[in-house]
Amino acid sequence: MPKDHGIGASPKRREDVRFLTGAGNYTDDINVQGQAYVHFLRSDVAHGKINNIDTAAAAAMPGVVRIFTGADFEGVGGIPCGWQVTDKHGEPMKEPAHPVLAQGKARHVGDPIAAVVADSLEEARNAAEAIELDIEELPAVVDMKAALEGGATKVHDDLDDNLCYDWQFGSPADETDAVFANAAHVTTLELINNRLVANPMEPRVAVGDYSRANDESKLYTTSQNPHVIRLLMGAFVLGIPEHKLTVIAPDVGGGFGTKIFHYAEEAFCTFAAKACNRPVKWTSTRSEAFMSDAHGRDHVSKIELALDADNNFIGLRTDTYANMGAYLSTFASSVPTWLHGTLMAGNYKTPNVTVNVKAVFTNTVPVDAYRGAGRPEATYQLERVIDKAAREVGVDPIALRRQNFITQFPYATPVAVEYDTGDYEATMAKMEELMDLPGFAARRAASEANGKLRGFGVNCFIEACGIAPSNLVGQLGARAGLYDAATVRVNATGSISVMVGAHSHGQGHETVFPQVVAEMLGIDESMVDIVHGDTSKIPFGMGTYGSRSLAVCGSAMVRATEKIINKAKKIAAHLLEASEGDIELKDGQFSIAGTDKSVAWGDVTLAAYVPHNYPLEDIEPGLEETAFYDPANFTYPAGAYACEVEVDPDTGKVTVEKFVSADDFGNVVNPMIVEGQVHGGIAQGIGQALLENCAYDENGQLLSASYMDYAMPRADDLPHMENYTVDHSCQTPCTHNPLGVKGCGEAGAIGSPPTIVNAVIDALQSGGHNVEHIDMPVSPSRVWEAMQG
Amino acid sequence: MYSFDVENPETVADAVAALGQDEAQALGGGQTLIPTLKQRLAAPSVLVSLSGIAEIKGVSADGGAVVIGGGTTHGTVANEAGAYGALAALAGNIGDPAVRNRGTIGGSLANNDPSACYPAAALGSGATISTNTRSIAADDYFQGMFETALDEGEIITSVSFPIPEAANYQKFEQPASRFALVGVFVAKYADGVRVAVTGASEEGVFRWSEAEAALSSNFSAEALNGLSVSADGMISDLHGSGAYRAHLIGVLTKRAVAAAS
Ligand SMILES: Cc1cc2nc3c(=O)[nH]c(=O)nc-3n(C[C@H](O)[C@H](O)[C@H](O)COP(=O)(O)OP(=O)(O)OC[C@H]3O[C@@H](n4cnc5c(N)ncnc54)[C@H](O)[C@@H]3O)c2cc1C
Repeated sequence: MPKDHGIGASPKRREDVRFLTGAGNYTDDINVQGQAYVHFLRSDVAHGKINNIDTAAAAAMPGVVRIFTGADFEGVGGIPCGWQVTDKHGEPMKEPAHPVLAQGKARHVGDPIAAVVADSLEEARNAAEAIELDIEELPAVVDMKAALEGGATKVHDDLDDNLCYDWQFGSPADETDAVFANAAHVTTLELINNRLVANPMEPRVAVGDYSRANDESKLYTTSQNPHVIRLLMGAFVLGIPEHKLTVIAPDVGGGFGTKIFHYAEEAFCTFAAKACNRPVKWTSTRSEAFMSDAHGRDHVSKIELALDADNNFIGLRTDTYANMGAYLSTFASSVPTWLHGTLMAGNYKTPNVTVNVKAVFTNTVPVDAYRGAGRPEATYQLERVIDKAAREVGVDPIALRRQNFITQFPYATPVAVEYDTGDYEATMAKMEELMDLPGFAARRAASEANGKLRGFGVNCFIEACGIAPSNLVGQLGARAGLYDAATVRVNATGSISVMVGAHSHGQGHETVFPQVVAEMLGIDESMVDIVHGDTSKIPFGMGTYGSRSLAVCGSAMVRATEKIINKAKKIAAHLLEASEGDIELKDGQFSIAGTDKSVAWGDVTLAAYVPHNYPLEDIEPGLEETAFYDPANFTYPAGAYACEVEVDPDTGKVTVEKFVSADDFGNVVNPMIVEGQVHGGIAQGIGQALLENCAYDENGQLLSASYMDYAMPRADDLPHMENYTVDHSCQTPCTHNPLGVKGCGEAGAIGSPPTIVNAVIDALQSGGHNVEHIDMPVSPSRVWEAMQG
Repeated sequence: MYSFDVENPETVADAVAALGQDEAQALGGGQTLIPTLKQRLAAPSVLVSLSGIAEIKGVSADGGAVVIGGGTTHGTVANEAGAYGALAALAGNIGDPAVRNRGTIGGSLANNDPSACYPAAALGSGATISTNTRSIAADDYFQGMFETALDEGEIITSVSFPIPEAANYQKFEQPASRFALVGVFVAKYADGVRVAVTGASEEGVFRWSEAEAALSSNFSAEALNGLSVSADGMISDLHGSGAYRAHLIGVLTKRAVAAAS
């Protein structure tokens, strides 16, 4: 019998009532009395020297409050990068200035050059059109390898070149080279991890508000981590101390990573609200989102896998170019390094792994974390090259993976992480069972009878989630701690508000977190609510990304709840005139072990706040506890994914006919929500594999700047429900957090792209087409071109 | 969007008069025009909405032809043009329900997007486009990407489609917009077969005459064996090269013939 409440039950998501009935309170729903509106004048060239900005005529237009340019921000800090990467020579990465509004130069299409604050959006837009901008277009660098050539145009004049860092990691290169020199077989693959636009349903919005009476600033923003924004913007950009700055992220309509970062528009609205002494609101249009939300992925890689004569993996070498775009976004530098290089071992016991990453500046929108962040890029390379190796040495791709699996835990990889637990054989076996492999031949024959080619693709993945141990990431260059925090406030009647540092923007925390607290206390979930998203209400936690909410913030909540239980037992012992050690808590009742004497949860909580009969000499009244939790390690969800695709050889169109994911997320609190997370992640992964492509032309113009050209996955791009199975029954609980959970938010997006591409290649090979690789998105035209040879 | 006035005439005559004003523009379902206005790519001072004009709405079958009012939505055509099944099916696969509930045949033909579906049906059926002033044969109407025979202020009042013996439209969707990356409309009439291709050419919708000739003497997919369209002049973009589009024309024409009913 599945549980109907507490940990392991699947109550419906309580937040959906307001989301599905249009009652959500999103940032754009917030209108502050007297607010003005800002419209940003953005660069329409990828690279340009700003000779002059004449705002005189525009400033005289109706409704204009004030026009800002880069000059207004000269005394203000730039947008900071939160992670300093050290290159292979021990030198810090290049960290060019990132002004709030362009100063002297615009460096990508969409770079904000000026901002008009006006009484209405209409008037702001009208005035922006009247700004006389004298901008001299300069040659743009778009291609990363060209950007690194001698004499290439420089994105930042004050740097020597366009290289942000050249980072090397893992086994010493000469050792790995020696392994390759003696290998029985080497498989090489060059591939591109396509640039993506995150496209959350809700575009970004910022409302800045300033109280002259209290000298207090407030920012409402579409953020996954309001405290991170308060920290970065307050300390580094605007110089506002924490007690004078509140950041509120109310309901947020999806983030997928792109709402982690601190953006210029947030700093602008906060700054302008004070400068104009008026609230200032900005709502991104979808077009602006395409050219100002940080993009994802965009790696160009060469990967080589060395095998011995028995097909054991003996060495892995990768060479990656990672696009940073024109400026370093908040966590951009960490994505291709610590979130990517450290995962290159995958699920395999390859003893030598050497990773090289060159991060490159180009005249494109900044690139940063996007669902999976670095780990999809690692998995994609590794699992594609393994597939190619299997074909080259003539072994079954499942058998080759299996043979090389890590089977002993904990396992220290050559790329610096230690996997605590896992059972890759179990997820592989589960995948095989769910895929009905014996039936494949018949399904392939049926497809062929229909004039289609059918392919099977498999993929294994491992990710490092629950980001992250602060001392470790500090050594690696993180400029913030990555613990989290929770305050459990028990009210007099026993109801509970839990203030959490994690932020829910679609994940379902409002349902899941109460399940945990209710289970621990034995009370009804409806008695527990969480509060999140407002720095004036919640403890200083670090927000939601890297599948960390439950593993890190949830652990803080567990610790705080344990403190509550300890104190409540003391109160109960007093009320029952027993000794504390004899008190047991079960089903919301505190009882003396071995007796029928008990007091209810509500009696204890009431006593805490009406302490008439209370051990005041021993403990304080009230029942409220805070805990900060810093994880001892990452968590390592892993799994085996597989799919079958059909390729129409006449048109090149690929359809996903069957998809199975077998994940190990450790313990699962709400299976329904976990399945939803995986469904969504796979949809995004299928989007990356088959549809999504953020493309620039050689002049740095964005070619896919709207939904007319940027293809998002839709329901009919996914397999029918009966052929779409997400399983999480293989569970090796995390050994170092109290819930034993690992995180499930990114797995789908990490595990699915290589699965799809592997299956497409298998389909084409089955039709006699000698195609080794097609870059994503594997669109109909690309498949057709590949088939032409 | 810039600000503008809206007029809601109830007759074609009033609409024509309203369109005589400076910088006036007709508004059909707004599915193309409104996004253009939002991007500030057009700045009409008056929008003359055609959606309140009863006389240009509806579907009727008349002497071997289906006649569709210029202000009829795709959704209505999908539901009511059953006398010409291939045309109803084409309308039912334009955009999504929201687009079909607003967008009109007049707007689509006036816009003549090179990837739109209706132009293929009109040209492939040898339809007649009637306006407030005249009737124009489809062969004379389409004059290149976004170019038509319409004069300024001219309103499409109806479109008459001769009902063929058999017809089919094959749309291969552009993955993002889901307009036609290539669309081929094949219609077999007593006096010959017409094949119209949308989405592919830099000149907009066109007739593939070699295929028409071959199919007119033998209406079967095999009749197309060996025929191909040159990639010259085909659209080449993010979603496919000219060669790919030229190839798709052959594939889709065969499929349309095989599926024609
Ligand atoms: C999401 C989306 C998907 C779409 N997918 C497709 C698709 O798959 N296939 C496809 O073919 N189309 C597609 N369209 C376009 C859609 O069919 C539009 O409805 C159509 O192109 C324009 O019709 P409208 O009535 O909305 O015209 P409007 O947008 O109102 O007007 C378009 C132009 O036509 C003029 N006009 C309007 N009515 C008349 C008239 N009666 N006489 C003279 N001029 C007139 C207007 O002045 C304007 O210049 C899509 C649109 C959207 C938004």
